[in-house]
Amino acid sequence: MANFIFRRLVSAVLTILVVSALTFSLAFLSGNPAIAVAGKDSSAAEIARVREFYGFDRPVAEQYVDWLGNALRGDFGRSYHYQQSVHDMIAQRLPITLGLGAAALALALVLALPLGILASLRQGSWIDRLMLAISVVGQAMPTFWLALLLIVLLGLNLRLLPISGNSSLAHFVMPTVVLAYFAMPALMRLTRAGMIDALQSDYIRTARSKGLSPSAVVLKHALRNVLIPIVSIAAVQLGALLGGSIVVEQIFALQGLGALSYDATLRSDLPVLQAITLLVAAFYVGLTLFADLLNAILDPRIREGW
Amino acid sequence: MADKSDDTLRIGWGGDGVMVNADNYYGATRAGIWFTKMVWDTLIERDAATGEYKGNLATEWSWVDDKTLELKLRQGVTFHNGEAFDADDVDYTLNTVSAADSGVKFAAIVSWIDHVDKVDAFTVRIVAKTPFPQALEFLSGPMPIYPNEYYQAVGPEGMSNAPIGTGPYKVVEMKPGEQYTLIRNEAYTWGSPKPVAGITNVIIREIPDKQTQVAELMAGGIDVTADLSPDLVGKLTEVPGVSATMSETLRIFTIGLDAANRTQNKAVNDVRVRQALNMAIDRKAMVDNLMAGAARVISTPCNPLQFGCDETQAVQYPYDPEKAKALLKDAGYENGFDLALYAEAPATEAEAIMGYLSAIGVNVTLNRLPYDAYRDAQMKGEAPAFLFNWGSYSLADAAASVSFFFKGGDDDFAQDKEVQDWLAMGDSVTDPAARSEAYGKAIHKITEQAYWIPLYSGVRGYGWDSELNFKPYADEIPRFYEYTWK
Repeated sequence: MANFIFRRLVSAVLTILVVSALTFSLAFLSGNPAIAVAGKDSSAAEIARVREFYGFDRPVAEQYVDWLGNALRGDFGRSYHYQQSVHDMIAQRLPITLGLGAAALALALVLALPLGILASLRQGSWIDRLMLAISVVGQAMPTFWLALLLIVLLGLNLRLLPISGNSSLAHFVMPTVVLAYFAMPALMRLTRAGMIDALQSDYIRTARSKGLSPSAVVLKHALRNVLIPIVSIAAVQLGALLGGSIVVEQIFALQGLGALSYDATLRSDLPVLQAITLLVAAFYVGLTLFADLLNAILDPRIREGW
Repeated sequence: MADKSDDTLRIGWGGDGVMVNADNYYGATRAGIWFTKMVWDTLIERDAATGEYKGNLATEWSWVDDKTLELKLRQGVTFHNGEAFDADDVDYTLNTVSAADSGVKFAAIVSWIDHVDKVDAFTVRIVAKTPFPQALEFLSGPMPIYPNEYYQAVGPEGMSNAPIGTGPYKVVEMKPGEQYTLIRNEAYTWGSPKPVAGITNVIIREIPDKQTQVAELMAGGIDVTADLSPDLVGKLTEVPGVSATMSETLRIFTIGLDAANRTQNKAVNDVRVRQALNMAIDRKAMVDNLMAGAARVISTPCNPLQFGCDETQAVQYPYDPEKAKALLKDAGYENGFDLALYAEAPATEAEAIMGYLSAIGVNVTLNRLPYDAYRDAQMKGEAPAFLFNWGSYSLADAAASVSFFFKGGDDDFAQDKEVQDWLAMGDSVTDPAARSEAYGKAIHKITEQAYWIPLYSGVRGYGWDSELNFKPYADEIPRFYEYTWK
């Protein structure tokens, strides 16, 4: 087991490094980062000055190694625009994005599990089809559109919820719903498919023939097996939600990590962009690792395979 | 709406980008210009209605020689932290930001200053590197004065997190990139041409999405936004309780042509072709259809609202596709030619331009790119024609546009020696009449040679709570401190 964890950790670190090197070079691929840093309407002379000031004229690899060296010492530098330490900026904004992601995932799970189970028990019925329709729409509808619909309905017409900002919990309701609806379909379909599989298996037939109550069969025996893939997907979904919140934060003016990374991309604020990428990549990798370990604990077969 | 009752003006901004740093020497954002105007003061204040320069932190000024401006400073002014204003503040602020290694964002705003000398406690001399008649315009624009002791102690980061100025509003709380709370400076009675703030409290929220701003305005979450596009303004005018308008700005929309042959496009090198392109476009129709009629057609490489931008000096090219075709034929392009048009996204006007140019036989390929990619291609000399807009840093002086683009250097795609000389003259003589004459000559030659296809001025869309007394300004700087409730 220790060997397994060690190998997974090494590959996790490598993944994070590759991702961060890629983002760094992408910023240079799109042209001259000094243009975005200098800002719109700056003169050619100004852009040349900024290029020299930030050392963009040096080889990209050299700049990356410099950045990485500092990052490894815990120094993520200062934003080109905010004149603040990147560390402080992220620390300030991370709770918003994490809270939003966790709330959205929780809501998605609370909805997806019962609805998925229901659909599996009434396979082919109108309920099943309705659930299918809900998932398809959820997968197909762009988040910004749902966000605007909710703003018009709940914020403007019914005046039930505040439209933008983050000063109260009520401000997080609409963004949470939007993100949850984005995350729910995969979880619900997975629950349904897993349950259908499980309910047809031999051990369920045995459980039923022993005279166990239907609810005990479904919840105790079938669901336990279905939970394994769901936990894995849910963990990965949380990573996706951190990335997916860029648009949602922008629309609801939430000023979390998503809004910050959008802004940093537009302005080629490399120190901010690099730190966020590193963080999100680390999250992703960490969550995947967590999912694997959790699977191992829940399923002895996986553990023995090590 | 609850706002009038608690005397709080709620502003939503950020549609042009978040105010990244309240110290706008380092932030250089449009919202930062607006914020600066509320919290700080400049030495000179330009009367937006008359164009007259009025004393603000300075009371009088005179040119000692053509590079040295001596200013007498106002006495009895205090900063929000109680620090008294005097020559040390001017000396420190301007010497700090104009230092070669200061790292300010738009160095052009301060790089004209060689150094500042304190003469006595209330007299300073600003010494320019070269004769600089635009000094008054710059000093009344994006050049706030900071308290020297505080700025020295906290630097740009500290100034951004806890701004201290002399202006009509004091900062109560800053949440960078998110929300700023201000309160009226009750001590703003020392005689600034800016009034004491009309509304007691201000809450500014960064709302980057313009649709969200509109929703907030309609729901009463904000009282004013200055970020709207023409289509959003159109929709808002039908909403009860909300007012909306578009106001002309100093910004201009134009197409630059590569007359300096950087792109090896031989066609645009020919003056007849450039003139033909100028005649091919129905600017009036574009203003009516794309700018909701709120902009003005321009024929100059600057905005006629700017000093020295004399329309009567410009050669006019009325819409005449037949004459344009004849000119093309004359130039040997009877069957048209290929033209790559570069534009900064979204550039919704690009399709119209393509339509007009194809009508006279020009085969246009549109390269609509994000700003940095557009600018990269343009600087590398890959763009024979480039559609863009230019805001002149809100400076009401023709030099901020004409001299920027035609006085030589990498941004000059005409490289016309004669024009460069006139502009050098206009930028350095102090006599306004002589300046006007020099810019007039340059404008005439630029338009005669059709180095650009000037299109129309810009508009900015505003939406506000109908209970608010609101007034827009051409320099795109809302004077929030002038607002009052009805």
